[in-house]
Amino acid sequence: MDIHEYQAKELLAGFGVAIPRGGVAYSPEQAVYRASEIGGARWAVKAQIHSGARGKAGGIKLCSNEDEVRQAAKALLGKRLVTHQTGPEGRTVHRLYVEAAVPIEREIYLGFVLDRKSERTMIVASAQGGMEIEEISERSPEAIIRSVVEPAVGLTSFQAREIAFALGLEPAQVTRAVTTLLGCYRAFRDLDATMVEINPLVTTTDGQLLALDCKMTFDDNALFRRPNVSELRDYAEEDPRESQAAEYGINYVALDGEIGCIVNGAGLAMGTMDLIQHAGSSPANFLDVGGGASPEKVCNAFRLVLADPKVKAILVNIFAGINRCDWVAQGVVNAVRELQPAVPLVVRLAGTNVEEGRKILRESGLELVTADTLTEAAEKVVAGLKASGSTAGNGKP
Amino acid sequence: MSILIDERTRAIIQGFTGDKGTFHGKEMLAYGTQLVGGVTPGKGGKRHLDRPVFNTVKEAVKETGAEATIIFVPAAFCADSIMEAADAGVRLICAITDGIPAQDMMMVKRYLWRYPKERRSTVIGPNCAGIISPGKTMLGIMPGHIYQRGTVGLVTRSGTLGYEAASQMKALGVGVSTSIGIGGDPINGSSFVDMLKLFEEDPETQAVMMIGEIGGPQETEAALFAKANMKKPVIGYVAGLTAPKGRRMGHAGAIIRAFGESAAEKVEIMRGAGLTVVPSPADLGATARRVLDSLSKRVAVGT
Repeated sequence: MDIHEYQAKELLAGFGVAIPRGGVAYSPEQAVYRASEIGGARWAVKAQIHSGARGKAGGIKLCSNEDEVRQAAKALLGKRLVTHQTGPEGRTVHRLYVEAAVPIEREIYLGFVLDRKSERTMIVASAQGGMEIEEISERSPEAIIRSVVEPAVGLTSFQAREIAFALGLEPAQVTRAVTTLLGCYRAFRDLDATMVEINPLVTTTDGQLLALDCKMTFDDNALFRRPNVSELRDYAEEDPRESQAAEYGINYVALDGEIGCIVNGAGLAMGTMDLIQHAGSSPANFLDVGGGASPEKVCNAFRLVLADPKVKAILVNIFAGINRCDWVAQGVVNAVRELQPAVPLVVRLAGTNVEEGRKILRESGLELVTADTLTEAAEKVVAGLKASGSTAGNGKP
Repeated sequence: MSILIDERTRAIIQGFTGDKGTFHGKEMLAYGTQLVGGVTPGKGGKRHLDRPVFNTVKEAVKETGAEATIIFVPAAFCADSIMEAADAGVRLICAITDGIPAQDMMMVKRYLWRYPKERRSTVIGPNCAGIISPGKTMLGIMPGHIYQRGTVGLVTRSGTLGYEAASQMKALGVGVSTSIGIGGDPINGSSFVDMLKLFEEDPETQAVMMIGEIGGPQETEAALFAKANMKKPVIGYVAGLTAPKGRRMGHAGAIIRAFGESAAEKVEIMRGAGLTVVPSPADLGATARRVLDSLSKRVAVGT
């Protein structure tokens, strides 16, 4: 789960990380009020969307008076920002963060991430922060400082000092950097984050060390014990179909192709997508119904797939272990009766209770195309797609 | 022979009296698993599935001599159950539970290092289908009947893709020595490399099939391990060639990302390491058949 910059800053400030003064705003009036509260002579008005590279996309505006703040807020609210992290559809700005602009001396990069290789928390840092950090790590990997945290002990002060000195900070700043590093680590550990990033962490001409932009991502599996994190969820930032799927307890990711997939298990779901591509078509989605899929859950999976207007055929591929083919078959029958999809449908069932499942499909009186093997399923669904022509709609959503 | 478990393996279930423990306990008993009891804190002294229930893993081990455990405990408490089993000296711990927080697994792996190597537990999973040595025993949730006993070692991240491979193989008369689901989580108890080592030493296993996914370094590490250390042929498949790049905030993930984490890169590294790469998930069985056939030809001409 991702959160906004201003939320990450509030959380990290609670762990001792120094941030510039700032406040959230939902309207131009609030933005102006925030600026007057903060004081000073220069402010940054920052669009709050779940993406980096907002500056390049025009989502951050520097202002020198109230009128500029009002104009910036007006221009940004409701605007659709497109960055390389949002995808071509972009994200609409609903919230702003107004922050005191600070006199930047140096920009540093600081990140905490779950490293799958060492299976531990890894700190990555670079003396050159800012927007080009990925290019820097590609071009000169030696410019990136890496440090792995021993989980039983946590981040040690000496480790934090080593990183701070390696970043070339002045001794007076090293102490502040150690506080920032230890604070970020405690936030990462105590809140079950999978990523904490400060980019840039800046030194200012008046001797401060401040987190200018912060991002945090959290482990979805740990949200059950982090109510203070889960309440920060912003549904406006999520694909509505994926949120709907999550409510159904289904894992769904929309793609660009034409064959809707309903599969159990993430691996088999990806394998099924690959197979469709191999057979000469393309998958419209990734969909994993998970274990213990009830007839109702299967029916909901059909709802999700049919809500996508690009879907021109559907492939159901279930290899039941913890699942039951009879439940899945009943779900398919219910879905076809209730939703009446107008696109070709191929059902492949295997594993636990497969005979009962096939019997339910056979005796339903519905004209369903079935397949016993993966190869047969892929061939049949692609053939069905071609026979139906590519202009068919998909019936009632 | 087989690896990790065979017909003599005495096993318990943690989360024994819950729905999942009960359902799969029955399935395992029907398959012939030597299920000697189970653990549900607070229900010690009762009997369930005609087996004794214990309050703690230590009691269960003391009374039954169990050397393996399968865990169905809910995600919030699962890490604790794994550590309890490790502390009780259970040799093999198989965690089926999905949804365990990543930091819990980090802690579990660190905890295992408390013990000297000779008494350190092997953890399989979490978020996996378990282990089966076909025709002998099963410590998992797979449909046992789709596996035929044989000579191909199977190790997979995904449970259902493992089923797919096993049933395709069976249809072509190819059997499995042991099949292991190592699980789909970012941090898992045992890696592909750990399992390849065991299969290389197992006299019954003639070839190994490894089914991976996008993400993480394990498939690449395993391919390089196989090239350097294995005589047995290894077949590889990677799911997710058509999966889109995940949306990810921030740069940290991209900075630590190494070459060999996308499906296409994994396939390239497997080919380079001399593995037989399966092009499509529909060809898992046929590829295993072909590799076994070429092995028996090699034996026939005495090379």
